[in-house]
Amino acid sequence: MATTSISFSETPLLNLTLRRADDALILGHRLSEWCGHAPIVEEDIALANIALDLIGQSRALYDYAAQVDSSGLTEDHFAYRREQHQYRNCLLVEQPNGDFATTIVRQVLFSAFMDLYWREMMKSGDESLAAIAAKAEKETAYHLRHSAEWLIRLGDGTNESHARAQAALDELWICSGELFESDEVERSLIDAGLAPDCGSLQESWQNRIQPILREATLKIPSTPFMQSGGRCGRHSEHLGYILADLQYLQRAHPEAVW
Amino acid sequence: MYTQALNAISDEPADQSAEAARFQAQVDAEQKIEPNDWMPEAYRRTLVRQISQHAHSEIVGMLPEGNWITRAPSLKRKVALLAKVQDEAGHGLYLYAAAETLNVAREELIEQLLSGKAKYSSIFNYPTLSWADIGAIGWLVDGAAIMNQIPLCRCSYGPYARAMIRICKEESFHQRQGYGIMLTLARGTSGQKAMAQDALNRWWWPCLMMFGPPDSESQHSDQSTRWKIKRFSNDDLRQKFIDATVPQAHYLGLAIPDKEFTFDEASGHWKSGPIDWAEFKRVLSGGGPCNRERMRVRRKAHENGAWVREAALAYAEKRRARRDAIKIAAE
Amino acid sequence: MSEKHLPLWEVFIRSRSGLAHKHCGSVHAADAEMALQAARDVYTRRGEGNSIWVVPSGAITASDPADKDELFAPALSKIYRHPTFYEVPDEVGHM
Repeated sequence: MATTSISFSETPLLNLTLRRADDALILGHRLSEWCGHAPIVEEDIALANIALDLIGQSRALYDYAAQVDSSGLTEDHFAYRREQHQYRNCLLVEQPNGDFATTIVRQVLFSAFMDLYWREMMKSGDESLAAIAAKAEKETAYHLRHSAEWLIRLGDGTNESHARAQAALDELWICSGELFESDEVERSLIDAGLAPDCGSLQESWQNRIQPILREATLKIPSTPFMQSGGRCGRHSEHLGYILADLQYLQRAHPEAVW
Repeated sequence: MYTQALNAISDEPADQSAEAARFQAQVDAEQKIEPNDWMPEAYRRTLVRQISQHAHSEIVGMLPEGNWITRAPSLKRKVALLAKVQDEAGHGLYLYAAAETLNVAREELIEQLLSGKAKYSSIFNYPTLSWADIGAIGWLVDGAAIMNQIPLCRCSYGPYARAMIRICKEESFHQRQGYGIMLTLARGTSGQKAMAQDALNRWWWPCLMMFGPPDSESQHSDQSTRWKIKRFSNDDLRQKFIDATVPQAHYLGLAIPDKEFTFDEASGHWKSGPIDWAEFKRVLSGGGPCNRERMRVRRKAHENGAWVREAALAYAEKRRARRDAIKIAAE
Repeated sequence: MSEKHLPLWEVFIRSRSGLAHKHCGSVHAADAEMALQAARDVYTRRGEGNSIWVVPSGAITASDPADKDELFAPALSKIYRHPTFYEVPDEVGHM
């Protein structure tokens, strides 16, 4: 065979589904790296819970993608057999875990967005996406609660924890703008009432984030630009290494069933 | 299991007091000893060591398996493995909680682990070199652990027994998951079959060693038995494990890596060749393939987490002070 | 430098409406919200939770086992509290 990668026709609906699925898988994968390394045992368990929720969401979404594509591909084909430029996750989720503050900031920024997104998606004319959204929203609400509580503890804890939290926020803020991008791919779906307009969620997101950051005594960074490119497959250097790990066995044993 | 008869109980003279007699009568009558009950100091110390070693084993045990979460070859396997490793963290936590009912803080116990004073099961000092190792660990290591844990559900100390019951309920999917992986590999490509056999070759002997030294070399297990902390002999459990596991290996079409392995018609048991107890001693005393790495990782996690724990405490203190200030202002 | 410990909290879970909360173990946490979330993450992974109580371990007062006779024996002697003390003729049916 020439390649072990899949080929498929990426319709707007498929593209949208993969954006959400890849976000969930890559972030879940990153969180699973904490297993056995967290600051206290209780947090090993908590982060694993969030990871399990996210990977579970990705499975539901990949499964739906496979149905929509209907060429006989499975969840694992989408998760393991695309090339880097075909992944549609945002840059935020592929950032390294860094220290605990970095992981927590990443989680707050992402979950605050996804909570709003899933609530809107629950109104989708697409029944499958609406059902996935209903389950995901409950999980996401807890992810936000857990990570927001931690951000407040770290921001308003000790001098060291405050400095680390602020540094993490300064570092990751430039990845937050991408969450609200809206492009032609999603336009037809938005107009058909099948998907939320990410851009319309930005104000609510800011209203959600600001009180948390205020209570955490953290300053919103001022940034002249936002990073972008994930949605069209132009990723940071980090994704390559994630995929090398994730895909290795499937690529090395392409005929095998696991 | 993760207890491996690693401790010697100190030779204290048997307590002759009325309390000691009442205590032993309670144990003999299969009545649980609870945290507030009178107990011999040696009983308390032995339990703290045994329970905490078991807890340390669960926590360290997250590392060899956690190693393969990012490389799990399917989404189904990925979530199953992540859930299993998460369960292990939970088990460690239940056991630390049980140990803490005996007047010792979790932080003290962790300090003992990280300083090298406390032991943990030798099995986790071996590396996971392939995906098949994940199958082998679930099948063999968890299988061996279950053999020891079920009798412990009836141990005399209430909190430990209850933690073991909870653990055993959760553990049932761990072994099946492992065996399921081995089955898939054994029925798979020639590469997968070879992977499975190689994993069995490397994990078989260390798993037999998990049951601890032979009974002839075991010290002081009489006292543990009398106190109903230890319910079966090492050799008995090891034999039980071998007899249960061999047919499972045969079903997979895999060979036990033991040239002297035979079936004894007379007793109906599978007889193992000689175990390399020198390797066991070496691994226990720090000379296994992964001892240093495991401890390095746990120390790093603990040290890197210090500022987080401090922040949590500092914030809680600030909140308390603010609440008190509001109360005073309102008066 | 010796680190200050995260306090210990006892965890009580009610698994279904109608049942009482049952003690199932403990967690370490810096504050009540952290303890509640830890208890939820640690003790209800298999859907065993409907309501959670967390209590600082130091807040619990336990009876002294030495007082067992004093506290509990008098109840044992009042057997007239037990239904088996009373005979009901079979013809009357179950009561």
